[in-house]
Parts: sequence; C-alpha cells; structure tokens
Amino acid sequence: MAKKTTEQGGGRGPTERMKERDVATQKKILALAEDIAQRSLKGKEPIVEIPTRTKSNTLWNKKKGILEMGDATAERPLFDLKTAKQFMQTMLHASTIKDLIEAQKTSSLRGVFYKAKHTVAGTKENTFDTQDESDPILEDLEVALGALREELHVFAENRGSMVGNITIVDKGDEIDCRRMGSGGYALPSIVEPDIIQFKKCEAKFVLHVEKGTVWNRFNEDRFWEKNNCILTHGAGQPPRGCRRLLQRLNQELKLPIICVLDNDPWGHYIYSVIKQGSISLAFESSRLAIPDAKFLGIRAKDFRECGLDDAVKIDLTDNDIKRAKEIAAYPWFEAHRGWQKEINALLTNGFKMEVESLITKDISYVTETYVPERLKARDWLE
Amino acid sequence: MESAVKERSSQGGTKRRGATAEEMSARQKEVSVSEFFVKNRHLLGFDNARKALLTTVKEAVDNSLDACEEAGIMPDIAVIIEDLEPKRPATAKQSRYRVTIVDNGPGIVRKQVENIFGRLLYGSKFHRLKMSRGQQGIGISAAGMNGLITTGRPMLIYTKPNAKQPAHHIELAMNTKTNRAEVTLDKETKDFPPERLRGLSAGTKQLSQEGVFLSPEVFATGTSVSIELEGKYQKGRGSVDEFLELTAIANPHARIVFVPPSRVAQEEVDDLLPGTSAAAAEDGKSKVSKSDAPAQTTETGGVTVFPRGVTELPPETKEIQPHPKGIELGILLQMLKDYEASEKGSLYDFLQTRFCRVSANTASKFCSAIGATSRTRAGDIEPQQVEKLFKVFEDEKLAPPPTDCLAPIGVRQLLAGLLKGVKAEFYAASTREAAVYRGRPFQIEAAIAFGGDLPGDQAARVIRFANRVPLLFQQSACSSFKAVEETPWKNYAMQQPRGSLPIGPLVVMIHMASVWVPFTSESKEAIADYDEIRKEMRLALMECGRKLGTYLRKRQKMRREGERRDVFERYIGEIAKALNAITGEDAKRIYDALLEQARRKTAVADQQLDEDGKVVKDDEEDDFGEGVIVVESAIAPIESAAPIAPPVFDAPKAKESKPSKSATAAKPAKAAKPEPAPKPAAKGAPAIVTKKDLSSRAETEPKPAPKKKSFSDDDPRLF
Repeated sequence: MAKKTTEQGGGRGPTERMKERDVATQKKILALAEDIAQRSLKGKEPIVEIPTRTKSNTLWNKKKGILEMGDATAERPLFDLKTAKQFMQTMLHASTIKDLIEAQKTSSLRGVFYKAKHTVAGTKENTFDTQDESDPILEDLEVALGALREELHVFAENRGSMVGNITIVDKGDEIDCRRMGSGGYALPSIVEPDIIQFKKCEAKFVLHVEKGTVWNRFNEDRFWEKNNCILTHGAGQPPRGCRRLLQRLNQELKLPIICVLDNDPWGHYIYSVIKQGSISLAFESSRLAIPDAKFLGIRAKDFRECGLDDAVKIDLTDNDIKRAKEIAAYPWFEAHRGWQKEINALLTNGFKMEVESLITKDISYVTETYVPERLKARDWLE
Repeated sequence: MESAVKERSSQGGTKRRGATAEEMSARQKEVSVSEFFVKNRHLLGFDNARKALLTTVKEAVDNSLDACEEAGIMPDIAVIIEDLEPKRPATAKQSRYRVTIVDNGPGIVRKQVENIFGRLLYGSKFHRLKMSRGQQGIGISAAGMNGLITTGRPMLIYTKPNAKQPAHHIELAMNTKTNRAEVTLDKETKDFPPERLRGLSAGTKQLSQEGVFLSPEVFATGTSVSIELEGKYQKGRGSVDEFLELTAIANPHARIVFVPPSRVAQEEVDDLLPGTSAAAAEDGKSKVSKSDAPAQTTETGGVTVFPRGVTELPPETKEIQPHPKGIELGILLQMLKDYEASEKGSLYDFLQTRFCRVSANTASKFCSAIGATSRTRAGDIEPQQVEKLFKVFEDEKLAPPPTDCLAPIGVRQLLAGLLKGVKAEFYAASTREAAVYRGRPFQIEAAIAFGGDLPGDQAARVIRFANRVPLLFQQSACSSFKAVEETPWKNYAMQQPRGSLPIGPLVVMIHMASVWVPFTSESKEAIADYDEIRKEMRLALMECGRKLGTYLRKRQKMRREGERRDVFERYIGEIAKALNAITGEDAKRIYDALLEQARRKTAVADQQLDEDGKVVKDDEEDDFGEGVIVVESAIAPIESAAPIAPPVFDAPKAKESKPSKSATAAKPAKAAKPEPAPKPAAKGAPAIVTKKDLSSRAETEPKPAPKKKSFSDDDPRLF
C-alpha cells in the first residue's frame, strides 16, 4: 500500500479549526438552554428533544453497509416523574460542557461526572449517584446537540494499544510505533485528524485482536515486523477511539482491517460493531464503521481443522445460544450465507473457543502458523 | 340394727367425723345478701385497693348521672378524692382515702336515704326495663359497705331534695347481717354543697371563685356522698382518671370536675388515652360546634375540668314492658303469679298489659292457642298451658320491641365527646338502628378517632361503653372487643394482623345502649357475647371504617401529590442554576416560573390519576358522609424524602456570560434571600415544604446515596 504522510486541514492550522468548532458547539448549547429558559419563563413545559438511541430507531443502510440512526426523537419533559431527574442531569451536563469549552480544557467522562455531581440543594439526594448515570446523559447530549464527544471536550479513558510499521503525530509529538516496547502505544479516546496525524506508514494491513493478552503474544513474537502490519487491540469491545483510529487507517491509508476474535457470540458481536457500528452509537457510524473489516478467526471449524484438544471447549450457556440466534438475525448477517453457516456451526458445536485455545498446540502456533496460513489462504469471513 | 352397730364398731371404734343432720341444721341459716357480698366483694369490683377506689367513684358517678338525667337536670358532678394519710411512708402499698361525689341532681327524700345507701339490692332500676346506668341496686351501697369494712367509717351523706329547704346531713353504716342501714347522725344543715370542699386546695378555691366548682347556684338541689376506704390512687389504665375521661366522652352533656388526691402511688404511671392532653386546649376546626370552640379538658391547680360538649340532655327514655320473645319460662310463671296476686285479672288482659307488642288480636290468638278463653283468669292457667304459651310466644311473628326506650349518645355528641378527649385528626361516628336480642331492644354506636397525636405503631385502643358507662376491665371477654377484631380493617387502609386489633393511630369507641345490658358479671365489666349484639357492633364499626378508608385514601392521594411535587421542586433549583450559567437568564426568575408550573402540574396530575389510572373527581371533604370531623391542624406533615428549601441564587449574572466577579459581589438583597416556603396552592394539600438551613447542604457528604430513589408514584406505604 501507498506510503502516506498526512497533513490535513489545508491552509488553516488545527487550533483555528478547533476554535471555530468550539464556537459552533457553544452556539448549540446556548440555543438548547435558551429554548428551555424561554419556555420556562413563558409558562410552557420545558422539554429536551433527544434522538432515541434504541434498536427501533436504528436503520440498516445496506448501500453503505453501516447502521444509522433514524429520525425518531424522544421528549424528555421536566414535569414527568420518569424523566424529571434526567432532565435536570441533562441541564447540569450542558452547563458543565459549556464551562469546559469556555476554559479550553478537556475532561474525562469521570471528570464530567464528578464536576456535575453534588447534593441537590436542600436535600440529601445527589445529582448523580454513579458514573453509569452520567455517561448516557453525555451521549444524549451528543445526539441532542448533534456534536461529537470531542467537540464537547469530553474523552474516555485510554483503552487499547497499537504497535506496527507506522509513525504518527499525536498533538505534535512524533510517535514511532515500531519502538513501543512491550506495552505499545495506548490508544486515546480522541483520535481526530487535528490530534493525530499519520506520518509514515509501511504496514500493509491491520491485525486487530480482541484483548491485551493475545496482543502481547503477537507483539512478543514481533508478528507485525515479520508480516509488515499494524497490531491493535481494543480490550474487548473496542471503544470509540480504537474504532475511529481503525477506520481512519482503513479509509485514509487504505489498510485492510483483519480481526482475530474469540469463537463465541461476543466475538461475533465485536466484529459486528467494528464492521457496521453499534446501536447506541449509530449516530456516529459514519465515523466509526468499517464495512470491509474481515473476520479471520477463531472459526468454528478450527477445533477440527487445527486438531485442538477437548480441554479448550467451553460449553455454550443458554444466554450464549440466545445471543447467537439474535446475532444471526441481524440484517447484515442474515443475508450473509457464510455467516449463517458460521453461527450455525458454533451452535452445532455446542461450545465456544477463545483465541488462547490455540496455545494448546504450541505457544506461538497462533502467530507463526495459524494467522499467516489463513492470511495466505485469504480464509476469512467478510 | 345389730349389724349396723357391728359395722360401726368394726370401723375401729373411732367417733364418726361428720356431723349429724341435727348438728348441721343448727348451723344452717339464711345468708343475707350483704354477708354474701362482704365475702365476695370481688364480684362487685372491689378486688384490690386500686380497683376499690375506682369502683367507688364509678358507682357514685353512675348514680349521679342517672339521677340528674331522670330529673331533667344538666349534670354537674364533682369528684373529690382526699388522701387521709398524706404522711404515710413512700413504701406504703395503699392509703386511706375519702371519696366524695357531689351532684346537682334532684336529691333524695329523707326516708329513702337508708334504703338507697344502706341496703344492697335496693333500687329503682332492677324491676323495670329502662335504659339506665345502674341496673341492680348494688352499686353505691356496696361501695359504702366496702368502706365500712376497710375503715370502719360510716358513709357521710348530704342530700337536698328541695331548693328552699335545708339539706339533710346523715351518717350511716350498713349492718351486714340484716342488710339494713344504721344511722349514726341525722341532722339538717344549710351547708350544701359543703363549704369545706371548696377550700380544699388552691385549685378548688380558684375554680369556686370562677363559679365552676360546687357553686351554690348550680347545686340548688343535689346529693353529696362521702365514703372512706382503703384504696390506692394511681394513674394509667383502669384508673379513676381514665374512667372520668371516658365518662366525659360518653356523656358530653355532663360537666365533671375532678379533684385528685395530693399524692399518686409511684408505680405504673403510664399514659392515659394516648393523645389526650389536658393542658392543650388547641382549637381544631370542627363541624360540631362552629359557634363556640369545642370544649376541651382543662386543668387548673391540679383540678381537672371536663367541660360540657353539648348543651342538651339526652332524650328521656321510656320504660317498656318485656317483649314475649325475650321472656324465659320461669319468669313467665313468676309474672303470672305476680299478676294474680295484684290484679286477679284475665290472661287476656295480662298478655296485653304486661308485655309490649301484644295487641288485643294477638292476645286472643295466644289464649285460644293454649285452650283458654279471653275470660280465663291468669291464675287458673295450668303449668302445661304456661309451657305451651311460652312455645307460642317463640313461634309467633311479633313486631320488635319499641325503641323509644333507648337513648343513644348520637353521632354529634359522640364526635363532640371524642373531640374533647382524644387529640386526633380524623373522627367518624355512626349510630345503628335499634335491634333486639332476647326480646330486649338495644342500639349500638361506634366512633373512631384516627391520627393526630395517637401512637402509630401500637394496636388500636378500644374504649367500650354500656349505657354511657365506660367499661375498663376484661376487655378481651367483651363482645365489643371481639367485634373490633372481626371488622375487616384492611379494607379501610389499616394494618390488621389476622384476627386481632388493627395497628395504627386509632381509637375505637363502642357504645351499647339497652334497657338491659347483658354483663358477664355483677361488676359490669364486659358485655356478654350475643351474636345479635356482636353483629350490630361490627356493622357500626364498618360504617365508621368505610369513612376512615375514604379519608385515608384521600390522604394517600394527597401524599402522592406531595411526593410528585417534591420530586419536581427538588430539581428545579438545579435546573435554574444550570440555565443561568449557560444563558445568563436570571436564575430566580426561572426558578419561580418553574415552581409555579410544578404546582400547577401536580394539582392537575392528581385530579386525573387514580390508583387505577382512572379519572377521578376531586372529592370534597363533605364526601365522607355525615358524622365525620377532620381536624386539619392535627394532620402530621407528610414525611417527604427530604425537605426542600428554596435554593439561594447568586445575583443575576449579566446576560454576557463573562465571569465578572464584581457583579457577584454586589448581591441585591432580594435575590439573595430565599423566599419563605410558599404555601401549597391546592386547598387541603399538606404542607410539605419545610424551611431548612441551607448550610445543611454542606454537611451532606457528596457520596452516592445508599439507596436508589424510586420515582414511581405508587408507593404502597401509607405513612
């Protein structure tokens, strides 16, 4: 693939664009608050309209091969017992974010939670009890304002790692991903072009594995060096930062994304999210989904083909079976014969396998035999 | 004979232990009724020192009330207990008391004094079917007898039957052998009501000057009885205080003044009626006496005054003849004998004059049914015929006995009485139609008081009355108690463990009015458990219960409204602040605007929502039906999860949201001051907003609340 150094933004620097973007976001927040303030003063019922992030409001765009959010919105009125607190929380977060942008600072999800968390005046009740209450409110605000998380100056924890034949620039610091030692480059949650630019890339593809332990195996065996690729993991369900970076590598550098995930419904689901996007973040699918991502393994047939020991079998639980059937019914899998076969094979097996099960063959079987052979044979699901 | 002698000697020659019939006959003699009751004083309620004191007061007060009512006088009764051994050691189990009861009744004519006070089973009430407190004619003379036995002191009686003549001053002691009185002093005096009593204490002196205590104008006629006895004065359950309190509740037309002894035995002092407070004469809005504030018990210098709650006497009750259905065979025989002795008339006349509800028609029908004519003399009836007559009585359909012989307390008076004695928030009363048990008419009334100061975590208190007399003992043996247990209180939004008393801030009052109350014993402590009586009691309780249920459900609804409002109001302050931070719009203005909306919303929301989601009309208080009082001032504020204070806002920020410190420094006083908690807009809505120092916010740790708040509005808990 073409080596590419990226310098984006044309004539204007990233800071200028950032400021422009912030002004736009501030305007959106102000408009939302003004509307509610004016409604209140005029004696009208204060309501926030929030696009619904549910399965029913998620549409499958067959042409693009991604999930998209529909037009349905839900009203969140203040004077309803079910939504009163959420309404209050939405207002608090709007105010918090306005302050963040004004101060030109960014904050973690947890930081925002703490900033908005206090005891409701005159009571013993907290505005937020746990971060689990706070995070969805921020996502609500993202969709209600039509602004992305980074535009709200909010980021998640770093999660996932990257090594490989690529050099990037992160906030002006040049990072050579070939020299990241055993830990790799920690993937930040915001990887937009104004933060991260790709400088020099020789890699021909990206191998994405499910979790850190498997990633360590590949890194220790210098897989990326031997196979000239980039090696990433997303610590299970990959967070937005990881997915966005994979998408940028795929779209900007035209690198194929090849996934090595567990042979279980969860692994299939992770692949589905990487490929088509998720329901709760359907509004961001166009930035996150990688429709041509490939699923290399572990495959249901591998137990037999690789001659694995019985010890690696993990029985499917009832929940697994239910989940597998649900996934099989996803429109993007439903029409795919290969996937129907794969999921059926899993159900027929009646057991699941983790990537680590290949270690029973040999400690480096997965890096030295399994993946290279499959790559060579182009044996993957799409 | 010989063998008999032999047998005797064969028993070892010892003298036979038993007495011979002759020897025994020498010891056999008539037992006078007085002697019997001297040995069996417990049957009359003189089991112990404490109860003896109470029974003495009770018998005298009952007599006084009966006498006043019969004479058409509004009863004014003074109960004075003097401690005659005030210096006794603290460890003394009991003491000597002089109990004096003074009434403004009609007095007693001189020649009857000995009979009334000095003979057991002498009275006007036993031989007639008329509703009265006393029944047997045992009470007061037994009290005097008990005093005589325990102290050796005679009864001291002042009685003034004629307003224009001097009073009689008599001292008498009962001769228990003969069941007759022996008079030791008999003179005329002008000292009535006795001057000495007015000067007993600072309290009595003050009340005398105010004309409340033993004023000679009020006591133009009347009787004063003093009995000295060994007794024990204590407060609490089964005490004189409780008796008088309950008497005042059931007799709102009477004024009772109680002068307790100076010393109280120092044990078992517990509360009287929960929620009663003598001192607090707080006004509750009542529908009973709108013109004048409801009478509340007051206390002056240790003297308790139970004032009049209503200004008219209970209606006079008529005496009735027995009903054929309620008669027993033996009684019927005796009645025939009596009739023969006095009238020597025909059976036909006998049936018509000595029974109620027997018309001429019915009488001749009865006569022919037993093979007698209308001219057959009552005395000529054979015993078999009497038995037959008795059977005919049973089978014949007869109108129930007349009910004008009954004087129920009445719903209005019941409420006035309860309001006077029990501090609650909700009162309901109902009077049943008269019914019949064993041919005797009776009428049941029930009343309940709920909430207010009553303890919420205990079983309901049952207070029982028979012919306006409180019943203080043997509660669980009483028909009324069983009726309370049988009432389905759960249907009325109360807790009730299976088959027992309901739990909650509840006082249940039951009154049975009858020409003859079937007591389980002579001490008149519990009503016998007749099915008819228990059923009527249950029905009366259910009537009250339904009213309570309506009230409680309404209160529950109000509470839900309060909760909903609570939730909204809790967040409005936060929202106003956040909006102010973003837009610069004045936080106070937004807060006020939202608060107004919240109030409007909750008022509307509650009208529309029912437990079933049905649209319900907002029922007015009058919808509880008649016989209900709600004292709104006594309704405890509804416990909200946390009281909300209106938040303090900074001075309005400039619309340009620059962080200008100078602007915040100059706080307009108006904005900085939180408005006092506004009154809830809806009428009758509970006050949920309590002022609270805002500094409490700083005290509260900002750690996650342990419990997740549920915002559902269908909290099943009541209180």
